[in-house]
Amino acid sequence: MQTYKLTVNGQAKEVTVDPSTPLLWVLREELKMTGTKYGCGISACGACTVHLAGIATRSCVVPISLVGDRAIVTIEGIGEDRVGRAVQDAWISEDVVQCGYCQSGQIMSAVALLKSIAKPNDANVEASMGGNLCRCGTYVRIRKAIMTASQRLA
Amino acid sequence: MSGTSVIGKESGLSRRSFLRVSATAAGGLIVSLYLDFPLVAQQKPSAKTYPPDAFVHIKPDGAIIIQVNRLEFGQGVQTALPAVLADEMDADWSRVVGELAPAADVYKDPVFGIQMVGGSGSIAHSFQQYRELGAKTRAMLVAAAAERWKVRPEQCRTEASLVHGPGGQSATYASLAEAAARMPVPETVPLKKPSEFRLIGKETRRLDSRAKCDGSVKFGLDLDLPGMKVALVAHPPVFGAWPKTVDDKQARSMPGVVDIFEIPTLAKGKAVAVVADKFWTAKQARDRLQIDWNFNGLDKPDTSQLSQDYKKLAATPGNVAVNRGDLKALDTSAASDRILAEYEFPFLAHTPMEPLNTTVRFDGDRAEVWAPSQFQTFDQMAIAEVLGLTPDRVVFHTEMAGGGFGRRAVPDSHVQREAAAIAKRLKGTPVKLVWTREDDVQGGYYRPMYVHRVEVAVGADGLPSAWRHVIVGQSIVAGTPFAAMLTKNGVDETVVEGVADTHYEIANFHVSAHQPTVNVPVLWWRSVGNTHTAFVMETVIDELAIRANSDPIAYRRKLLNSEAKNLIGVLDLMDQKSAAWRKNLVQGHAVGVACHECFGTSVACAVDVSIENQKPRIHRATVALDCGRAVNPLTVESQFQGGVSFGLSQIVPRGAITFKDGYVEQNNFDAYTPPYMADAPTAVDVHIVPSDAAPSGCGEPPVPVISPAVANALSRLTGKRYRSLPITTL
Amino acid sequence: MLRPRASRMQRAAVLVVTVLMWSSSHMAAAQGGTPTEASKQAGLAAWQQMYSVLTNPRCINCHTATDYPEQGDDRHRHLFNVVRGPGGKGVPGLNCATCHQGANADSTGVPGAYNWHLAPLSMRWQDGNDKILPSADICRSVSDQSKEGLDIVHHHQQEPLVLWAFEPGRRRDGTARARPPLTHEEFVSATRTWVEAGMPCPSNP
Repeated sequence: MQTYKLTVNGQAKEVTVDPSTPLLWVLREELKMTGTKYGCGISACGACTVHLAGIATRSCVVPISLVGDRAIVTIEGIGEDRVGRAVQDAWISEDVVQCGYCQSGQIMSAVALLKSIAKPNDANVEASMGGNLCRCGTYVRIRKAIMTASQRLA
Repeated sequence: MSGTSVIGKESGLSRRSFLRVSATAAGGLIVSLYLDFPLVAQQKPSAKTYPPDAFVHIKPDGAIIIQVNRLEFGQGVQTALPAVLADEMDADWSRVVGELAPAADVYKDPVFGIQMVGGSGSIAHSFQQYRELGAKTRAMLVAAAAERWKVRPEQCRTEASLVHGPGGQSATYASLAEAAARMPVPETVPLKKPSEFRLIGKETRRLDSRAKCDGSVKFGLDLDLPGMKVALVAHPPVFGAWPKTVDDKQARSMPGVVDIFEIPTLAKGKAVAVVADKFWTAKQARDRLQIDWNFNGLDKPDTSQLSQDYKKLAATPGNVAVNRGDLKALDTSAASDRILAEYEFPFLAHTPMEPLNTTVRFDGDRAEVWAPSQFQTFDQMAIAEVLGLTPDRVVFHTEMAGGGFGRRAVPDSHVQREAAAIAKRLKGTPVKLVWTREDDVQGGYYRPMYVHRVEVAVGADGLPSAWRHVIVGQSIVAGTPFAAMLTKNGVDETVVEGVADTHYEIANFHVSAHQPTVNVPVLWWRSVGNTHTAFVMETVIDELAIRANSDPIAYRRKLLNSEAKNLIGVLDLMDQKSAAWRKNLVQGHAVGVACHECFGTSVACAVDVSIENQKPRIHRATVALDCGRAVNPLTVESQFQGGVSFGLSQIVPRGAITFKDGYVEQNNFDAYTPPYMADAPTAVDVHIVPSDAAPSGCGEPPVPVISPAVANALSRLTGKRYRSLPITTL
Repeated sequence: MLRPRASRMQRAAVLVVTVLMWSSSHMAAAQGGTPTEASKQAGLAAWQQMYSVLTNPRCINCHTATDYPEQGDDRHRHLFNVVRGPGGKGVPGLNCATCHQGANADSTGVPGAYNWHLAPLSMRWQDGNDKILPSADICRSVSDQSKEGLDIVHHHQQEPLVLWAFEPGRRRDGTARARPPLTHEEFVSATRTWVEAGMPCPSNP
């Protein structure tokens, strides 16, 4: 067991866990922040996506021992960000979600895309969102919502 | 799940019913509806086993909580059914909240008599029910207002949670709720005319969107209770095996591990449960278990062996499902006038995004359960049985589910039984049982493997003059409470649906099925039999169309029974809406079409496909459907856009569960890979046939059409016929 | 970029020179004279050793000619639709760093090292069909780039991703990833030998 100081959504947190514990489970079980989801545990689905120092990161494969002092932003905090809020609003106005389980990860990936490419084209969207799984098949509406968010942010 | 023999377009309350109303201590009106339906097992439960549950709760602050009688797992029912009720009730939609009702008799599906979601029945079965609930609630509120104002109810009108009197009086529903609770419940009430609908038939955005976009919604897996422990189960690698020896020394030595013990598991096997304070601890401990398994006497399924066995069986007639006309034409026609097509379909896993989980706390004389369950009645009974309780002693909360597709509707409630067995050992402690993704991919309850053998004699007119169809594969309902209802002449209807009841006019038609016993637990996978039958029908029809030099849409029109009005209607609508792009295909693209009816809904689809990087690229899908009255066209559109993407799970190259010497060869999304964004159509336009007919299902009907449509397009590009799924080489 | 293939005349000339050099160094060695030819042979041998490492999955999986990395000992296309991206670091939302951290994550089976990313296309050692390029071609590419400024010894000695190949961590099933056929020290030593020998390359067969 080791103690780690983390910055999560701008707040200082401290946890004492086994160093091998993935960041995902630290967030969910130590900090009780369940917005970040477990879908596969092998970085195949993206449901666990958070931002680490601004980079979209699959928290299910990152042991807490490798996080360091990088700031963590989760779905619970992304709404504080202008781009994050625009993405969430677009997701709602375009009625994207179905079961919703993958959507935290989808939104975090979409925010990473829009923060990097303000006016993505279809190829950009497909490349950046292409590793996020949705079993309900909301892909078509996700594409639309990203374009909507992009237009509103312009 | 299938309901071919029971789903009709009418789902009115034709049974005896009564309404009980009570005022709550905190104020508000609770309207309960007690239904008296036979269970599947044909036992009428007595009125005294019904607990006092509510459908509508008007809170003093004006919020309206509506109980939804089935799981929300993406299909949008948590918005749609409250909208139906709120419309008839004239409630202020902005104050409506949908809640997932706990397990109780009062929430049983009116047609099936159990609390469940499946068979694409959410709206189809509960539309009328919720309309009446809403109308009766409104009537009682109006009666209360009329009494207060000393006017006649007919003189009042309602709008957005307000009752207005003839003399300018008005009162909020919240202020009338207590008085309304004392009003007699009307036996019957008039329902709105469709022209009066404010929500029904309108595009209504989902109520649960924001919570699903800001991380605040809680799924079953997210549950956290004081003192809760987490359990993982080490399942046998071959179904039905038992542990011979278990070395848990290393596992037990890990800090945070609470207990390790054997429990019964699915397929009559035995597993080892690991209980710990957290998921990661439990997982690490389970990884350190050394288990030697006993496989004695167990059938070890092997895909290549099953394939051989099934193909041999398919060459002989099985139990007869359809025997129409005679097959003389097949026996007498020349080989060049016959088509022989053998199809093979693998086992499929559902892999909903949220892995299976159930939380149970056993207190000795009662228990509490939290589960994202499609089958509350069965699950509640199973947990009660394991714990030695009567079901009424098990409080069962329905949690939001991250998908299901049939995987959470399991007649033997195996996950809940595991959870109960573990909770029993840890009396007083809530235990959350979690299945990892590996457990899920390897844990059985697959869409069975199937082989079809189709022989068609082609007449001079290019139409099939005789058709012999043999299907080989496991029965889904055998051994379940559904077996009696859905088995005829030894044939499980869910195996042959989509072929046996085809709307194609085939005068000489023989359909039979072999249903071997295999040591693999199987289950319904979104659209059930239609997953494989529609693929066969729609690709054989396409092959016949090509042979006849006919346009595939025109060919289907010619062959369809003229009474299949809905199917012809959607074919026409699809034709109309896709004509422009079909006639202007880009070089290297091809069109594929398919149509199919299931769960009361007709669907036709055209896809624009090319081959990119040796994979099919679906540029566009045009989908036309007839689901009767579209209660929420936005939900319908989402279900069809989503359903066609889901349907492509069958085509993508790593879309097969395979067995070798009893072991499942895949264990996560790396080797069993569902469609990602690039595998799904880039654009899907959905067109709903306008209709006033009673609503039929939308959850499953989108799934069967997409794979054959894409395969048909690919066939036109490559000249090959695709008869084995998934498609690994083009 | 590989040089255009030499003309037959040029190749003949090289062959003659090689034979002359071989015979002269043979004689020199016999006489205990200049080590040129012996070191050239040693250099060619060293190159073959380097080639065995460069084309080992731990290295070549990121030296692709395509817009994707490879993974595994069978060098299959990297799963989950990851792509090269403009700087070889993936794309926003799906960067290499989305999963690969600064060190191996043995508890989750994801390899890691500082600045995980794809080798630039100039350092591709496969063709567009993921087929490993012949020794001569890669040798020429490396020696050309060395002449243009690449410090190959430094790269092999210090580059964190190169170092990673020799400590590649564990997969999620707990098994250790296979290492290259040489140790890191042997690899660096072979590189030095090759450089000191004048970066000789084998001829195309």
